[in-house]
Amino acid sequence: MKYAFFPGCSLESTAWDFDKSTRAMCQALDIELTDIPDWTCCGSTPAHSSNASLATALPAMNLQKAREMGLEVMAACASCYARLRTANHKVKTDEQERERVKTITGAAYAGETPVRHVLDVLVNEYTVERVRSRISKPLSGLRVASYYGCLLSRPPEVVAFDNPEHPTCMDELIDAAGGEPVDWPYKTECCGASLSLSNANIVGRLSHRLLAMAVEAGADCIAVACPLCQMNLDMRQADANAHGKLPPTPALYITQLLGLALGLKPDDLGLNALTINANAVLKKISSGERRSAQAGAAR
Amino acid sequence: MTKAVEWTNTAFLEEVERRSGAPVGACLQCHKCSTGCPIAPEMDLLSSQVMRMVQLGLDEETLASKAIWLCASCEACTTRCPMEIDIAGVMDTLRMLAVERKAAAPDERVRTFNDSFLKSVRRHGRVFELGMMTAYKLRTRDFFSDVDKVPAMLAKRKLSFLPHHSSAAAKEVREAFKRADEEEKKR
Ligand code: SF4
Ligand code: SF4
Repeated sequence: MKYAFFPGCSLESTAWDFDKSTRAMCQALDIELTDIPDWTCCGSTPAHSSNASLATALPAMNLQKAREMGLEVMAACASCYARLRTANHKVKTDEQERERVKTITGAAYAGETPVRHVLDVLVNEYTVERVRSRISKPLSGLRVASYYGCLLSRPPEVVAFDNPEHPTCMDELIDAAGGEPVDWPYKTECCGASLSLSNANIVGRLSHRLLAMAVEAGADCIAVACPLCQMNLDMRQADANAHGKLPPTPALYITQLLGLALGLKPDDLGLNALTINANAVLKKISSGERRSAQAGAAR
Repeated sequence: MTKAVEWTNTAFLEEVERRSGAPVGACLQCHKCSTGCPIAPEMDLLSSQVMRMVQLGLDEETLASKAIWLCASCEACTTRCPMEIDIAGVMDTLRMLAVERKAAAPDERVRTFNDSFLKSVRRHGRVFELGMMTAYKLRTRDFFSDVDKVPAMLAKRKLSFLPHHSSAAAKEVREAFKRADEEEKKR
């Protein structure tokens, strides 16, 4: 399995741990990633809020480069993924938009490069069963609230690899990794996303709601697949606490959790970048391991 | 106080529908979008009210609202609207119209964030976070919020002091920005 990887700006700065854990996990699963050479920013929310032509052209420039590679694109950042998919959707459904992209980028592009999210690849190409067969350090006893946020499953006309209101791909992967997916109602509620810098008070309120619900559902940690969600739930947990004190709840990238279950070391997965450290998670996993070893010895 | 609205201006509705491609006129005021909107408590207008005001041609009031800038583009409304109106897309169009028509913005922070972000991309081809945050803070004169987080972010290598970019790709992006600005003028 081989993909052209689009890391995106967050993965080379605030979310370098998502980058590191995605690459390490893919390597452990024999999924080969080659970066799109000289990739550039997808434009994210500021582009689609400010300049519709740019919002399609910036992703298209990268998808044109990937077309040369003859590979499908894989993205990890949910926001980049949504922007790349939206650009494909626009050029496929709107002829004027296609013309604009040609004028702006100097080359034709009609949406030839398929774009996949790492979760889509794992669940629909690699398959959950194959992931299960590769697990060497099960997340035994670890209760995980899978948080999908907005852009992995919405809008369904554009993304569509999971149910928009009740996605399950991360829960299936947590289960395959030996953990316990918790049932909770805020899987797809918004964290405030890019309002993080401009309106931290709103993000604090929304993060508090999410964290409080995860805690109430009995989660030991939250699994995320978006750099903005991760930042709002992890680094801004202090701001969330201003709305009511909560026990510290680590928010790990799904790639970090799967990496641990594949036997990778915390350092290989960038766990040291977390604000709320993952010690409680690691402890729980190793005590689960001891328990199952003892049970094995007793048998 | 309620204000009587004379329903004569259809030009605004037509423009918003053309630019966004969304049939705002079809909104039947079921308020499903507003019910699921995460930012509703902070918004001065609910998304369904924004749709109604566009229908009624209340351009100045709509474009001067806080709501269009606080919308987080979460797409919950777009996913759920029974009339298949891309409400999040309409919000994008309204933000662009607000800038084009120089509408008074009740809160400049989101607009300034967008500008600082895009300037960074235009210059480097990718976002240079530390530079972008500094530019944002200088322009909003909001020097104190989040400064407590910067040392930890630097220590955890979440921010770097230098932009990451290749000059060839940055040049391509600059050209694309120039041409995209020209394309936008034709809309
Ligand atoms: S959900 Fe759609 S039809 Fe209902 S109020 Fe919102 S925009 Fe109008
Ligand atoms: S996209 Fe904007 S208006 Fe729609 S639900 Fe999300 S925040 Fe509210």
